[in-house]
Amino acid sequence: MKAAHTAKRWKARDVAPYLFIAPFFLLFLVFGLFPLLFSIVLSLHEWDPAAGLAAMHWVGFENYVFALTDPWFHKSLYNTLWFALVSGIPQHLVALPLAYFIHTKLKRSRNAVVGAYFMPYITSSVAIALIFSTLYSKDYGAINALLAELTRVPLLGTLLPAEPVDWLGNAATTKPAVAFVVFWRFLGWNVVLYLSALQTIDKDLYEAATLDGARGWQQFRHITLPLLRPMMFFAITLTLIGNLQLFEEPFILVDIERGVSQSVMTTAIFMYRLAFAEGDFGAASAVSWLLFVVIAVLTWLNSRLFGKQGS
Amino acid sequence: MLIRTLKRIAGLALFALAALPALAQRTTLIVATFPDLDRAAKALAPTWARLHPDIELKIVSLQYGDYHTAMTTALATGSGLPDVMALDFRFIGKFAASGGLEDLSQPPYNGLALRDQFVRYTFPQAINAKGALAAIPTDIGPGTLIYRKDIADKAGVSEAELTLSWASYLAAGKKIKAATGAYLMADAGDLRDILLRSGLQDGEGIYFDRQGRVLVESPRFVQAFEMGREARRAGLDAKVSAWSNDWAAGFKQGRIATQMMGAWLTGHLRNWLAPQTAGLWRSALLPGGLYASYGGSFYAIPRKASNKIAAWDFIRLMTADKEVQLNSLRVLDTFPALLAAQEDALMDEPIAFLGGQKARLLWRDIASKVPAIPVNRYDAVATDIIRDEFEQVISEGKDIAKALKDARVLIEHRARRRG
Repeated sequence: MKAAHTAKRWKARDVAPYLFIAPFFLLFLVFGLFPLLFSIVLSLHEWDPAAGLAAMHWVGFENYVFALTDPWFHKSLYNTLWFALVSGIPQHLVALPLAYFIHTKLKRSRNAVVGAYFMPYITSSVAIALIFSTLYSKDYGAINALLAELTRVPLLGTLLPAEPVDWLGNAATTKPAVAFVVFWRFLGWNVVLYLSALQTIDKDLYEAATLDGARGWQQFRHITLPLLRPMMFFAITLTLIGNLQLFEEPFILVDIERGVSQSVMTTAIFMYRLAFAEGDFGAASAVSWLLFVVIAVLTWLNSRLFGKQGS
Repeated sequence: MLIRTLKRIAGLALFALAALPALAQRTTLIVATFPDLDRAAKALAPTWARLHPDIELKIVSLQYGDYHTAMTTALATGSGLPDVMALDFRFIGKFAASGGLEDLSQPPYNGLALRDQFVRYTFPQAINAKGALAAIPTDIGPGTLIYRKDIADKAGVSEAELTLSWASYLAAGKKIKAATGAYLMADAGDLRDILLRSGLQDGEGIYFDRQGRVLVESPRFVQAFEMGREARRAGLDAKVSAWSNDWAAGFKQGRIATQMMGAWLTGHLRNWLAPQTAGLWRSALLPGGLYASYGGSFYAIPRKASNKIAAWDFIRLMTADKEVQLNSLRVLDTFPALLAAQEDALMDEPIAFLGGQKARLLWRDIASKVPAIPVNRYDAVATDIIRDEFEQVISEGKDIAKALKDARVLIEHRARRRG
């Protein structure tokens, strides 16, 4: 009797919201949660996918031991952290003052300028990589052509390399070249984040500070920076996670067939190679979980640094 | 990454669903392949329609870069599997070892009976450690030195100087560089790769011996590394990797004088790499009396394929039929793996791109002398590791003995499950 009563109460109106959100949850279950859980299971197995699902073989934590003792994994972690710092820190050091400048000085051109900075973020990374590999080309690239022109300038010429630089073919230059592309691509994103935070700061604070005799730098130092702190925490966390999962730019810019591709092998690329070049999906899954641990620890450290309330 | 993989799987599954209505009406044979190899299968379509009016031939061609990954995921899930799977030589070891493919040596195929009809080194490439025959070869790449005759002439270098020995090859390169400014080779790594094969006999692997021991500290590797380093130090390589834009531009502009590769490079040069250089190239033996092969293509049947008998008919037609093999040569410029096709008058035809040279006779001769080198499922891993260590030797000055020791440790660590 009670059950029937309950069933009656489930009218179309009540069910509708669940139906409306069902597509998201179904897709999330299939493409989000399931792969996540399955990769945990995989990381405890030896599995070459070409042999089919039945070929999974339980190995316990062997994949984790393998990854932790593999020199390439260590190298990939070093590369990943290098990229996180070298392309990540300048993103914020440039984005913050740039956003402040756009916010305070630009009026009519503001949206156009922000749009221009944001453009690389929404452009396809493949298109970006193709354009940059053309720019970086040793014999036909615009960057080397410009350097060659500049060598004719007296004094400056002696500081520049006489030979064309093999930007993406030499271990010494490949890393900075790729890091620059990552920096260029995500600068605009951070500018937009900081701009949105700047807009929420009450103008009265600046007026009061001006009345008290505080100048531009003092206002920036004592009002803007402390109030931007939550956004800095958020933006740095996003950069940290994004850079630690870096894959596309180094993967497309540097031909994986070349020995030099080792110098930009991030942990995500190492994982991809383990899975798809070596057919070792178990070890690749273990690497992905180890990377997750690294990201979690660094995010926690970041929250200790920036996440505290107050100044 | 897994999300991306699953999306691909979903894509393949959708594709399989799309193919369902056709299945209901008449049988469809799905052949998965990649460009340019797909042109050979497409050329077979009219013949197939005549021989098998009841079985529709459906050719699915994926970009080379995605193809073998897509096939791996299809084998993993068993959904969206084709009936016939084309495989590039680079992946044959990995796929053959996986056990996801039919053993074609067993009935009803009895593929080993075909063995004597093919170039001798091809079958061992497709036989895995357990003795299963995973695929049948269709085309091969006899290794040749393709060189610019006009550049060599200008530098006063003869073909004999280029091919007599590795030392004379490098010496000729120095002359060419001095006289014309052209680089001897695209990349020092090309020299290292080919030298790794010097002195190999039937049954000997490049990186692993029969017991699975890692061989990278042998004198063969030391010599290959030393020669490669010498070429780099002498400024004889353009430092461009194959298939890059700079590589293609190097051929177009005559900056690269020679390239060691499969005979099929001629077709690529003629069709898109440097068509304007027609008539300037010649094909020669590899230096130092070395016989080797570059690449090749195979056809296999997935174990869970739905139409295995028709798939075997297709593979036999594609690989063991002389006329079909010759037609593939015409449309693709690949070299047939079938010996009968190599006896055809087509072999005597002069090749205009090579200045009228009857090069196919040379390639046939090379193919008959290439040793049968077994493949190992970890060959690709070992190649990656050797390539990385070599890079450190030539650009960072790492000691060769130390580099090869590190390579051995890395390969042994990676190939931990070779049992």
